[in-house]
Amino acid sequence: MRRYHAAVWDEPLVMEMGRPGRRGIVFDEVEPEVRDAVGDPAELVPAGLRRTEPPELPELSEPEVLRHYLHLSQETLGMMGISLFGTCTMKYNPRLAWELVARPEVAELHPDQDDETLQGVLELVHGLDLILRALSGMDQFVFQPGGGAHAAYTNAVLTRAYHASRGELAQRDEIVTTIQAHPCNPATAAAAGFKIVTLPLEENGYPSLEALEAAVSERTAALMVGNPDDMGIYNPEIDRWVEVVHDAGGLCFYDHANFNGVMGKLKARDLGFDACMYMLHKTFGAPKAGGGPAVGAYGCTAELARFLPSPVVAREGGGYRLDRDRPDSIGKVREFFGNVPQLVYAYTWSRAMGAAGIDEASDISVLLNNYMEKRLLEIRGVTKSQPHLTAPRLEMTRYSLGQLEEDTGITVVDVQNRMVDFGIDAFWLSHEPWLVPQPFTPEAGEMWSKEDVDEWIDVLAHVVEEAYSDPELVRTAPHNQAIRQLDGRNLDDPSTWATTWRAYKRKRPVPVEGDGDATEDWAKVAT
Amino acid sequence: MIRIGLIVNPIAGMGGRVGLKGTDGVVERARELGATPVAADRAERALVRLERDLVSQQHKVRFELVAAAGEMGGDLALGRGFSIDVLPGGDGSTTAADTRAAAAELARREVELIFFAGGDGTARDIYEVVCDRLPILGIPTGVKMHSAVFATSPENAGEVAAAFVLAGASAPLREAEVVDVDEDAAREGRIETRLYGAALVPEDRLRMQAAKARSGPTDEAALDAVCRSLAGEMDPRRVYVLGPGTTTRRVLAHLGLPKTLLGIDAVHGGRLVGADLGERELLELIDGQAATLVVGVVGGQGALLGRGNQQLSPTVLRRIGLENVEVVAGLGKLLGLDPPWLRVDTGDPELDSELTGYRRVHVAPRRDVVFKVAA
Amino acid sequence: MKAHPYMPNSTEEQHRELLDAIGAPDVESLFVQIPPEHRLQGELDLPPALTSEPALRRHLLDLLGRNETCERNLSFLGGGIWQHHVPAIVDEIARRSEFLTPVWGTPSSDHGRNQAWFEFASQLGELVGMEFVGLPVYSWGCAEGHAIRMAARLTERSHVLVPRRIGQERLAVIRTYCGAAELPGHIEVELVEHDAVTGGLDLDDLRAKLSSRTAAVLFENPGYLGMFETTAAEIAALARAAGAETIVGVDPISLGIVAPPSEYGADIVVGSVQPLGVHMSCGGGAGGFIATRDEERYAHEYPTLNLSIAETVAGEHGFGIALFHQTSYGLREEGNDWTGNSVYLHAVANAAYMALLGPEGFAEVGRLIVGRSHYAARRLAELDGVRVLFPDGFFKELVVCFDDAGATVADVNAGLREQGIFGGSDLSRDFPELGQSALYCVTEVHTREDIDRLVGVVSDVLA
Repeated sequence: MRRYHAAVWDEPLVMEMGRPGRRGIVFDEVEPEVRDAVGDPAELVPAGLRRTEPPELPELSEPEVLRHYLHLSQETLGMMGISLFGTCTMKYNPRLAWELVARPEVAELHPDQDDETLQGVLELVHGLDLILRALSGMDQFVFQPGGGAHAAYTNAVLTRAYHASRGELAQRDEIVTTIQAHPCNPATAAAAGFKIVTLPLEENGYPSLEALEAAVSERTAALMVGNPDDMGIYNPEIDRWVEVVHDAGGLCFYDHANFNGVMGKLKARDLGFDACMYMLHKTFGAPKAGGGPAVGAYGCTAELARFLPSPVVAREGGGYRLDRDRPDSIGKVREFFGNVPQLVYAYTWSRAMGAAGIDEASDISVLLNNYMEKRLLEIRGVTKSQPHLTAPRLEMTRYSLGQLEEDTGITVVDVQNRMVDFGIDAFWLSHEPWLVPQPFTPEAGEMWSKEDVDEWIDVLAHVVEEAYSDPELVRTAPHNQAIRQLDGRNLDDPSTWATTWRAYKRKRPVPVEGDGDATEDWAKVAT
Repeated sequence: MIRIGLIVNPIAGMGGRVGLKGTDGVVERARELGATPVAADRAERALVRLERDLVSQQHKVRFELVAAAGEMGGDLALGRGFSIDVLPGGDGSTTAADTRAAAAELARREVELIFFAGGDGTARDIYEVVCDRLPILGIPTGVKMHSAVFATSPENAGEVAAAFVLAGASAPLREAEVVDVDEDAAREGRIETRLYGAALVPEDRLRMQAAKARSGPTDEAALDAVCRSLAGEMDPRRVYVLGPGTTTRRVLAHLGLPKTLLGIDAVHGGRLVGADLGERELLELIDGQAATLVVGVVGGQGALLGRGNQQLSPTVLRRIGLENVEVVAGLGKLLGLDPPWLRVDTGDPELDSELTGYRRVHVAPRRDVVFKVAA
Repeated sequence: MKAHPYMPNSTEEQHRELLDAIGAPDVESLFVQIPPEHRLQGELDLPPALTSEPALRRHLLDLLGRNETCERNLSFLGGGIWQHHVPAIVDEIARRSEFLTPVWGTPSSDHGRNQAWFEFASQLGELVGMEFVGLPVYSWGCAEGHAIRMAARLTERSHVLVPRRIGQERLAVIRTYCGAAELPGHIEVELVEHDAVTGGLDLDDLRAKLSSRTAAVLFENPGYLGMFETTAAEIAALARAAGAETIVGVDPISLGIVAPPSEYGADIVVGSVQPLGVHMSCGGGAGGFIATRDEERYAHEYPTLNLSIAETVAGEHGFGIALFHQTSYGLREEGNDWTGNSVYLHAVANAAYMALLGPEGFAEVGRLIVGRSHYAARRLAELDGVRVLFPDGFFKELVVCFDDAGATVADVNAGLREQGIFGGSDLSRDFPELGQSALYCVTEVHTREDIDRLVGVVSDVLA
């Protein structure tokens, strides 16, 4: 095993740091001419709205703030180690884009600038649109949704507009999905006002066509589904599904969160889908960044394009403009037209890869997953979901540590906590609901070398051995991390949860000398 | 002082490894086939975790474990880092009757929880003595564990028990179905699940299994919400016939009405018009009335209509109309079914075949699962 | 064929090694799950690959070089994205690979990032005067949409009052989030008129429209047109009396000098995180927040991830997600709205920004902005044909009307752009009652000389 220990800085909270009077940044003085013209600026705020007590923010110098946050960055593992996080289609983030998005040609643009002054951005957005059209067969993409879930929501809203335009919305109030669809599909459909009809898996590893036929009706508004699912199982009847839903009068949305297994291998439109979504963070090389800024690129057919959120980038003559005059548009799901830096990443990644690279990335991710599967199933206590299905899985496979738990009491969460002691960040477990006990879902993708993947598997095998030989070591992990294991029992208790420092201070008062032992624990934490 | 009772069924789980469907009444056969006891080992794992969690808390918890004698708990409990009391007895006999006697004695001594190692049979034996007067908590040990009273692993059972002790009087509890199959029938290849009642168990959304599947946090809240909406949307002109189980009991609870757990009740215009109804009474009640049948899914075998609720005879079902059957169940319970379908066995093959196919199950307000129904 | 630099296993030899290890004849045999008729026919029609980094860089620089920036030009655009100074170290911190690459680790391996997020919520809580702050959402408009949905769930009502002169981008988002009339859960959005003189909400109109159906009254302080809402406390009192929640949108950079909304009756505070150290990035800087009192009834309605401080087994401070089960990750469609990727990296930048400014920095930048924006108002109003519609009581944005000069905003902006100035956003389409008016934004990046230059060029353009 590689020797590893996370940085431990015992970094205090920023609110506990500093000294009165220190400054991290100073601004210009108000110019005398300004003061002459307007008087005391503080008095320009209406009397009843002036702040009387300064906010209780820390007072720090610039180097202190820098070092504090650098310490925090070092106490974050991320992809400094090997992270095979499944269901996300994680990719390398080209640092070329990282360099470019910091330049003023991206960072210092205002979205309301005249189109003539945004020609570079608009051309890039259009170019990316064309690339995604080629990959999906769709006719138009928009980039306004701020993440994959937001694109799913956009789809639900577009579905509303489509059926409303036909006078059928009140009748078509059901969206059909599967138990393995990402939770954002039913969640966003429900948030948009739809009723959810869910299909469970059957013997083939995917829901049956018969179940779908029983589910659809004149109430069906749309199907929202991913393929392959998070177990790496591809529904080979998906084109028939689309026909069944279309025959019932519904729309079909392809959630391409799991794109690597089919990237460059098929097109959503060829299968009959009306719309699809790509996560440009993750799948197209923009950073996940712990949770955004992100982009859910949403594309659809020409028939639905008039409903797309506004504006869309249009090519006109030799130039580009933002088309805001779209009377049938659903309006907006977010202000402006997208997280442009992430679009620069996605464009950069796509151009660097090209058609052959994208195809090969898909090949490698499937190949590596099957390699992983072979090695992982050799580890005691590891089993595979749907073991009776023998066809090779696509870019990921879901496994279970149910046997390990039964044998040793060690859970997947314990294993996550121990693997980080070796510089391997947590694997993904499973979205709710868990269909196998103690699930985990690694995904190798194309960015990790075989040596990386071998190391990852070696660490898991080592931790499993520890679980059998010294379960206490695993259960009490981590031991080599920035902090020890979190005691999460108070997180759902209103008397103890605290999302801010001021809530924490109120709920955990500093103890009076000689107070009971319960408060001593809090005191340790508070100092 | 918090006192927890401990009962270990030392032969529980022996049948599984040798291919028997349980050990009820066939212990000797299991031993002949080479089965070895597993219960003691699993119970010990739970006790180790219980001890560690209580000790690690450094709370001055006043706690005592009252164990059944000998192999049924006392042997394992001795030597632990907490106060132990052992019931008298211990002649080596470990029958269902011994389990019941130990449960009765623990109840008499006013323990606050019965912590037991066993399977569905053990759960049923204890439940039939203590009913819902006392919470119970199962260390998963048996071959059959379809009741919702078990933790997901021995260690988790220990943790849940420790949490119960630490929470003291404020420990949250919930109802959990106690189901068991008729073992003679199962060995003959017939699967018949019966609901025996609803026990109280400590509530813990991650470490307790709701039937077989991990249901996640949703089942309780979602099921309650869908039962509330069903109750709220009842058409006052229709007769509502409610099948057995805790789910249909929730529906009536939202109307402020009692429900016979194991029987069939009926509501009309917001009033209870019949409780624990037989076939003939049902036919009379729905005669000339539009009627809806609301049924839950009983037990781990997915029994929808049939042996558990024979009052709902083919005649009654046809009179109500198959399109007027509303099925309600927790998502976790559905997903835990193995094989993954609901079963009907009304005694009328023709009706059974009409009932098979796919049917919507309400799992939350405005949320259905389309589930397979087989005869 | 050259190995691709982003793919370590992209050599023939590596493919062969992996295939041999699993005993597969070729890669194609691993795709047997996909029926042949589903497979792509023909080639992918993508532009040629630019695998060479120098070539790709050249291409992108050429493309992006066609943009005109707010750095080379003098920009007065605002209205939802604003040009503020981003301190240099904020950029370094937000660009660290450790912060860019994490997915979802353990509380230990994510500890530093989690702490930065907690410091975001804590410092923002100090600014807005609230104890419960969720992790950020996509934008200010999205925060308003979620807040309205929270209020509808809290009150079990389905009507919301929103100022008519709210930003049309935000209003469009709110309308989307409030649903469709044909489906359940729809929330009716009704607009409240403004006082013609002060520009503030018309309280009589508010009273007339407020009822026992109303889930929430939403207003912004400062509002979209820059004005402070001087009757904020009265609006909140009216809402409370009707049993409605008060949702207040704020610009957090104003809160060094402006009272926190908790002091005048806000129940739910929302706003943009972009002014706090995030570049505009053509709209990519957008991000929103939601904050309330730390009360169970509010906490249980948050759609966001909520990070709580907690303790480790060794007594260190650590962080975990509170109330995870009520998100859509925990509850699928029964969760509160939905949860997914958002703009969490902005929260790291925001945390560093707020720590740099401290109480005095916020007061200083607030005074500077409000002083310079009023200076711009005074100077512009001196020009013939130019009126500032609400000459006092605003923060950083002001409404400049060219009606008296007989000029359109489009004309003025075209003239300004020739001189390297981006004039304010054209309001004439969204708010025709304001005539040919533009929304000018002045911040700490605009010096007195910049403003004087603007005034001079406007004067020239109108001449």
